[in-house]
Amino acid sequence: MTAIKRETARGDLVRFAAFTVVILTMPLWLVPFGAAYPDLMQKFAIYGLFAIGFNILFGLTGYLSFGHAAFLGVGSYTAVWSFKLLGMNPLPAIGLAILLAGAFAWVIGFVSLRRTGIYFSILTLAFAQMSYNLAYSVLTPITNGETGLRVLNSDPRVLDHMIGAGEVEGSLVATLFGVEMNGLPGFYFCAVWLLIGMFVSFKIFRSPFGLMLQAIKSNQNRLNYTGINTRPYALTAFVISGMYAGLAGALLCVTDPLAGAERMQWTASGEVVLMTILGGAGTLLGPMLGAGIIKYSENIFSAFNEQTLHQIFGVLPDGVEGAVVSVAGLFVGEGWHLTLGLLFMLIVIFLPGGLIEGGRRIAGALSRSRKGGGIDHAHPQAAE
Amino acid sequence: MVDLMTPSRRGVLKGGVALGAGLTAGLAAPTVFSSKAWAADYLNAPTGDTVTFGFNVPQTGAYADEGADELRAYQLAVKHLNGEGDGGMLNTMKPLTLKGNGVLGKKVAFVTGDTQTKSDAARASAKRMIEKDGAIMITGGSSSGVAIAVQSLCQEAGVVFMAGLTHSNDTTGKDKRRNGFRHFFNAYMSGAALAPVLKDNYGTDRKAYHLTADYTWGWTQEESIKNSTEALGWETVSAVRTPLGAGDFSQYITPVLNSGADVLILNHYGKDMVNSLTQAVQFGLRDKQVGGKDFAVVVPLYSRLMAQGAGENVKGILGTTNWHWSLQDEGSKAFVKSFGEEYGFPPSQAAHTCYVQALLYADACERAGTFMPCGVVEALEGFEFDGMGNGPTLYRAEDHQCFKQVLVVKGNENPTSQFDLLEVVQEVPVDQVTYDPAIFGGELGECNNGV
Repeated sequence: MTAIKRETARGDLVRFAAFTVVILTMPLWLVPFGAAYPDLMQKFAIYGLFAIGFNILFGLTGYLSFGHAAFLGVGSYTAVWSFKLLGMNPLPAIGLAILLAGAFAWVIGFVSLRRTGIYFSILTLAFAQMSYNLAYSVLTPITNGETGLRVLNSDPRVLDHMIGAGEVEGSLVATLFGVEMNGLPGFYFCAVWLLIGMFVSFKIFRSPFGLMLQAIKSNQNRLNYTGINTRPYALTAFVISGMYAGLAGALLCVTDPLAGAERMQWTASGEVVLMTILGGAGTLLGPMLGAGIIKYSENIFSAFNEQTLHQIFGVLPDGVEGAVVSVAGLFVGEGWHLTLGLLFMLIVIFLPGGLIEGGRRIAGALSRSRKGGGIDHAHPQAAE
Repeated sequence: MVDLMTPSRRGVLKGGVALGAGLTAGLAAPTVFSSKAWAADYLNAPTGDTVTFGFNVPQTGAYADEGADELRAYQLAVKHLNGEGDGGMLNTMKPLTLKGNGVLGKKVAFVTGDTQTKSDAARASAKRMIEKDGAIMITGGSSSGVAIAVQSLCQEAGVVFMAGLTHSNDTTGKDKRRNGFRHFFNAYMSGAALAPVLKDNYGTDRKAYHLTADYTWGWTQEESIKNSTEALGWETVSAVRTPLGAGDFSQYITPVLNSGADVLILNHYGKDMVNSLTQAVQFGLRDKQVGGKDFAVVVPLYSRLMAQGAGENVKGILGTTNWHWSLQDEGSKAFVKSFGEEYGFPPSQAAHTCYVQALLYADACERAGTFMPCGVVEALEGFEFDGMGNGPTLYRAEDHQCFKQVLVVKGNENPTSQFDLLEVVQEVPVDQVTYDPAIFGGELGECNNGV
């Protein structure tokens, strides 16, 4: 951990400011990538938040939770119920979702954290799958099962009726001070929460608490031998990351007031693990980057069909074009998972530290060549 | 172990580069801020010489077979609309306003999305097609849960939704929307069409046991079949909900054996139906006798793709279907011919309903003289047509549901090919399956142009 000393508060401030600018200008710089439409940008912000929270647990303490989607789902259902009972204001929905997801995470964490390593992962997976099945069938009166929970015009919405906004023409969308939370306003609303979440994450990474979490990752036994009880720290990290997930779940419903059980499925839990590892577990910006890449491929690659491919490869001679299109066709459209799988394999094999490590290596190579190839300032790697 | 601290610095470098690139690009093309400035009087008004349809079908998951067939049908429909191929049902549809040169002089282009049979994913892909690709209409899907979720999204966004395969009463019942239309039949119609045939085959003194897929479609189908069989004098012993995609139904089938019931009604679809039926047969239900009567199994909603999956087990089992490729009217023959020539096998009912929906939408635009959702909605409401495979059909204005004849089918005892699995028992006339739109409640609301 020789590197810690070099991080100054000022440096962090600069980094955070740069991150803020990048996030807020997304509608501009995503245009050439064909991703500058509100729904996808909202997803970037929301899943970025989810991954950043997950990273506080996985990246710092090394506890690999395979059940974080459960908290996402709890946040979503709480938010929709808040819409139904209280009204379409997103703030109470988000507050309640964070609280309830945190409480739920505390219960699951309390049990699961008695074990480490793979047993912990399996326990969280089991809890999440249990929650999913409950939401899917047993708890149908609360969750509306497969159909998904929606806000209806006949719901009480007490606060809305109090301020005389109870009767709505057309469809119900979350509204904050008269601004409807879809489209670009919805994105900026999510972006503000993302920035808050990122700021908190910065603070946690740099705090003594964060340092303790890293100590758990590098050698939990040694901490125990020195008389430190690590479990409260791990549990706190677990609850914090659960609250991030709850917030992300609530934001999903703020931008689109519908909660479905499939949000809690194990594939959704796996997705956030992929995001974090793809971008770089334990790095501040990696999870956000990973979330962006996965959501981008899910939305853009999965939309390619044969026609699009023919347009792209139209310059090639006919015979070659057909062959190229039929090969490329395997990797887009419904085959986009294949692309993602390959990408993931390449990253794990060649860049175990994720894309952030890739960026670091390139930057390192550049600075080396500039200095005439003298000093290699690679950091000592702890053995694990 | 990865060093925890330094990467963020590199992240900043990368961020800076991305930002620089972004600002440059942004200054050049900040369309996202200005696109609304010259927007026409409705969302995604086509400006070039093409108009974009959005085909939102399950490409992965439990209904992927249906989804693949739907996409084939849509591609065929686009061909026919653009005046390529043999024209298919455009030759038989009456009345027809389309000229076979696209729609309103614009060529039809399309974008596709994967619903994954999940409400979330379906709404995300529909949103992508509306917000990014400028789709003027969304169509497709193979699950009522998804159809209802996407229909309300299209209502909010302000585009027309032409439902694909969805059989729940709710789609055009309590969850109906002004911008959404359904050609497929529903659970109520299945019940009304099936009841007299059940009476002829099994009599009026029967005890029924329901196994029901636990979501909107299962619930409404159970209710409809219950109502119509109880009207015959049947008794409902029990109705058990099973989770969607359960795989193993043995724990649900064992109690049937000792319940005293003599009819098992499977409110399942897709792979669920294949599994539950196969297991019911393996448990020997069909060889059983209860109180001197042969035990019977009924599958209210049938499809050829399901019959293919269940194989031998479907022989003699009754159910209903929206359409079957062996129908001999002009429209069906024309569609089966061009589909067969294109893909080498006959279309499924999912393919048929999607193909018809695409044509109906296009024709409504042509008649309305605009792609504006409210204009198209008006053109479709109360529209009567023929030559689309189901006889004379009405798009009822009160609930946007199509009224047409319903097919009662039976698993073929002696199939002549791998596609010849269902045999049409009866074509139930439309009067017998028509109902009062008020019975399901719900409000259509106002049509939405999206601006």
